[in-house]
Amino acid sequence: MSAPAQPAPAPAPQAPPPVETMTVKVNGKTVQVPKTHPDWQGKPQPATMLQAARCAGVDIPHYCYHDKLPVAGNCRMCLVEFGTPMMDPATRKPVLNEDGSPKIAKSVLPYEPGTPRGAIACATPISPGMEIYADSKATLQMREAVLESLLINHPLDCPICDQAGECKLQEYSVQHGQAGSRFVEAKVHKPKAVDLGPRIVLDDERCVLCTRCIRFSKDIAGDDALGIVNRGSYNTISAFETGKFDNNYTLNTVDLCPVGALTSKDFRFKMRVWFLKESKSVCTSCGTGCNITIGSREGVVHCYEPRENDAVNGPWMCDSGRLNYKWIGRADRLREVLVRGTRSTWSAALQDLTVRLSKAPAGSVAVVASSRQTTEELYLLKKLAARTGATTDSVAREGEADRLLVAADRNPNSNGARLTGISFTEAGIRIPEIAAAIEAGTVKTLVVFGEDVTKHGIPAATLAKLETLFVSDILPNATTALATHLLPGAAHAEKRGTFVNVKGRLQKFMKAVEAPGDARPEWEFLHELVHGVTGQNGYSTIEGLFNQMAREVPAFAGLEWAKIGDTGVDVKI
Amino acid sequence: MPEQFKLITKHIDELGYTPDIACYLRHGGYAGLKKALATPVRELAEGKKLSPQEVVREDVKASGLRGRGGAGFSAGLKWSFVDRRSGKPIYLICNADESEPGTFKDRQIIHKDPHQLVEGMIISCWANDVKLAYIYIRGEMPEGARLLNQALKEARENGFLGKNILGTGFDLEIHVHRGAGAYICGEETGLIESLEGKRAYPRIKPPYFPAVLGLYMCPTIVNNVETLCHVTHIVNMGAAEYAKLGTPNNTGTRIVSLSGDVMRPGYYEIQVGKVTLGELIHDANFGGGLRPGRTLKAIIPGGSSSKVLKAGEVFKLNRKGADGQMAKVDVPLLDLPYDFDSLQQAGTMSGSSAVIVLDDSRSMVETLGNLSEFYAHESCGQCTPCREGALWLAKATHRLAHGEGRKADADYLSHIAQNIQGRTICAFGEAASWPVLSFVKKFRDEFEAKGAADEAARAQGAGPVHGVKMAASPNHH
Repeated sequence: MSAPAQPAPAPAPQAPPPVETMTVKVNGKTVQVPKTHPDWQGKPQPATMLQAARCAGVDIPHYCYHDKLPVAGNCRMCLVEFGTPMMDPATRKPVLNEDGSPKIAKSVLPYEPGTPRGAIACATPISPGMEIYADSKATLQMREAVLESLLINHPLDCPICDQAGECKLQEYSVQHGQAGSRFVEAKVHKPKAVDLGPRIVLDDERCVLCTRCIRFSKDIAGDDALGIVNRGSYNTISAFETGKFDNNYTLNTVDLCPVGALTSKDFRFKMRVWFLKESKSVCTSCGTGCNITIGSREGVVHCYEPRENDAVNGPWMCDSGRLNYKWIGRADRLREVLVRGTRSTWSAALQDLTVRLSKAPAGSVAVVASSRQTTEELYLLKKLAARTGATTDSVAREGEADRLLVAADRNPNSNGARLTGISFTEAGIRIPEIAAAIEAGTVKTLVVFGEDVTKHGIPAATLAKLETLFVSDILPNATTALATHLLPGAAHAEKRGTFVNVKGRLQKFMKAVEAPGDARPEWEFLHELVHGVTGQNGYSTIEGLFNQMAREVPAFAGLEWAKIGDTGVDVKI
Repeated sequence: MPEQFKLITKHIDELGYTPDIACYLRHGGYAGLKKALATPVRELAEGKKLSPQEVVREDVKASGLRGRGGAGFSAGLKWSFVDRRSGKPIYLICNADESEPGTFKDRQIIHKDPHQLVEGMIISCWANDVKLAYIYIRGEMPEGARLLNQALKEARENGFLGKNILGTGFDLEIHVHRGAGAYICGEETGLIESLEGKRAYPRIKPPYFPAVLGLYMCPTIVNNVETLCHVTHIVNMGAAEYAKLGTPNNTGTRIVSLSGDVMRPGYYEIQVGKVTLGELIHDANFGGGLRPGRTLKAIIPGGSSSKVLKAGEVFKLNRKGADGQMAKVDVPLLDLPYDFDSLQQAGTMSGSSAVIVLDDSRSMVETLGNLSEFYAHESCGQCTPCREGALWLAKATHRLAHGEGRKADADYLSHIAQNIQGRTICAFGEAASWPVLSFVKKFRDEFEAKGAADEAARAQGAGPVHGVKMAASPNHH
């Protein structure tokens, strides 16, 4: 149809022009509706009945309609009875009731004037004076009839369906459906457990043929891989090549699917959705920072789902980012504080490090941080480095950008590292310098957070020359193996903090699960270390720490933790 | 005694009349095109001027020509809706996807007089500034497609098609596109999607009205084969003269496809409204009556999707009396003039002008089972009510027709059908539900008797109501 949608740019700060509105009635309530609304690509289009109803706080049920997809109009669930002001054909003026109000002509079938005619709210533009009857007897009957049609051939297998609990068929059946079925014919049978692609399984019997998945793949992901085969009631969603539905966005179709037809191979049969705790977070797989909801239960992360943010990712996320959560629960997570290979305690290890860093002569310390750390942690590391006159840098991590969401920068917080002064325009540029200084014996203490520096220019042999190798990480690697002081850190899902994405969107994320063993959020122990080394008081809460950082880091001037919404704020990068 | 009036079919069945251009030219072919291209500018009373193209468009409107495909909408009005200011090309598509059961009129023109269609198309394209047009022909008519391609080639060779037609500077190309066997491709927006290479899913209206957002999102005219042929005759005869054919608001001629239980099934061209249903069935010039010993049971008057009429019905029609006033007049079924308005007033439609006659040997339940199976098979499945409802209706009628009926099935069928009509993307919802609604309404006793008999038989030991397997399967297209 047209080019795939890019996530909408952040809204311009200037005051918007006055909005032209139209007056309509929804369920008897007069409401002013902006004449245009953004379509799926953000282009202004005449307001529809569905949007007018939303303005009135009325939600019209629908399956196929989605704000960010081209309109299909096929499910017919949003059919509503409506009326328009009656016009005198001779004078072209509105006909009035006795009380002076405009007379309304209700929509009827042209060939059967006694029968109300519905219009699909998702695609029917409003007109001045229109009345929308979203809860009239006729509307409710149309809804009930559509639901009946959708259910006659549905397998009704909710007890074994992954969608149960977040299924629009279930929800609308409760709200608008009938209790019993009068269908006495044989049901249509269709393919079950179809292997659509490496990450998707399709149950065609559950499918309501809303075509959301087809439209997403074609118009958003740019991969015209899905379609419908057969005809009529035998219509079946199918991949162009079975098993080959394999772009990096396929799992969005599972989110889009209003029923249990499309399921994620990774998630299916693992967890009932109502058991999941939902935590607002941000994906860490690249610099885009897609907003996500982490689904967890009893300390275990089970899934990521995209969380809508038009300034960043819209309602989508990539498959690679979505599935990149299993490391959080890996069995070999670092869970013990180790000093020279021996289990220690936080207080002993931090005391030892405080003494060492306090005594270290200027220029004898270097810091290699990670742009996977939170802005607050990077800020604390920078404070520590400043006190000890340390050279700092972080590790660059580049990949290939795609046309939709994946950024070339595979670190979630490169801009956080830059803005706090940890790294420079080109991240990692000073690592060779640090390696040389270790070799030369000038740098005797190296602080490494969240990176295996042996893979980034400081070989193990060089590390062996250090007096102190202070490492904090989440998973074991060649650098952690050589650490004199090893402090187990927390994954983003285990703490709160902020990232600044490639476009300068500062976004906060919430804690979903506890860190394993003795592991602690880095900002907590860094705060203690900074206090010990510099003697300055800091903040022991993330709110206080962030606000302190905002006062000191120019790019964050004026920001407050409490005032950053769930979708973040733009900062100057 | 009413007779045929052969305008479109004038030469079609003459001995020695062949579909090649030499024969067409010998019979005065392409005179209409030459006349159209030479149309002078028309000065109007108010000092306005109509361009030659506007003159022809006005004449088509003035002729009263109504679409012969099924909806009976004014052809001139349809043309007037075309967005001529968009800056986009305007396309014209000839809908030759004739598939409505009972209809076999367009195929006569295509097979026997293809140049008549080509000429009508060239005039229509010229009048509407169309430079590229398509003939979407039903896939089951390969010979028709071959003949049309041959006719287009001949027209091109004779300077009627291609660049600089007849030296006027007008360029036009026409392509033939064959369908692949789906009834829904005859729905104009489904046809457009199909022509674009997609699955023939009808488009939602609004916003995709073909006159504004048609083929490739450009303004598009879709006209039936017979409709386009009439344009040539309007040009040849003049709008006023043409409008004298037929009856007021139902002008011109129509080819009626007469089938079913009559002695002489076939196609008959009549002046619209000048022949009654009774004459079509009984007159020697037309159907020649029912088979010996049979009585009339029902008439499906406008293709299989039109509502059935029952023998003996009397309709209240608006008629202008001797005093010039409109009055309701009782008109028995067989006296219904065969035209757009009378049939509409009788609660049905002339549709594609296919008259299917059923005599007393026919079971209405089985007949409906046949029709419903067709519509279940042809539902494109895009929108919910039709996709699920059409097959539901087919399964229920099939069950009733095959001994598994219930007395309650009459209501069951009506309720299902009522939930389809008016709630779908295209008029297929009506096509699938109208036969059911009208059959059950007018022959309720027959449906209830069948259901009651099945119930009684089951009470004597047969099994419970259970789904009967349908012949139609997903791979049966």
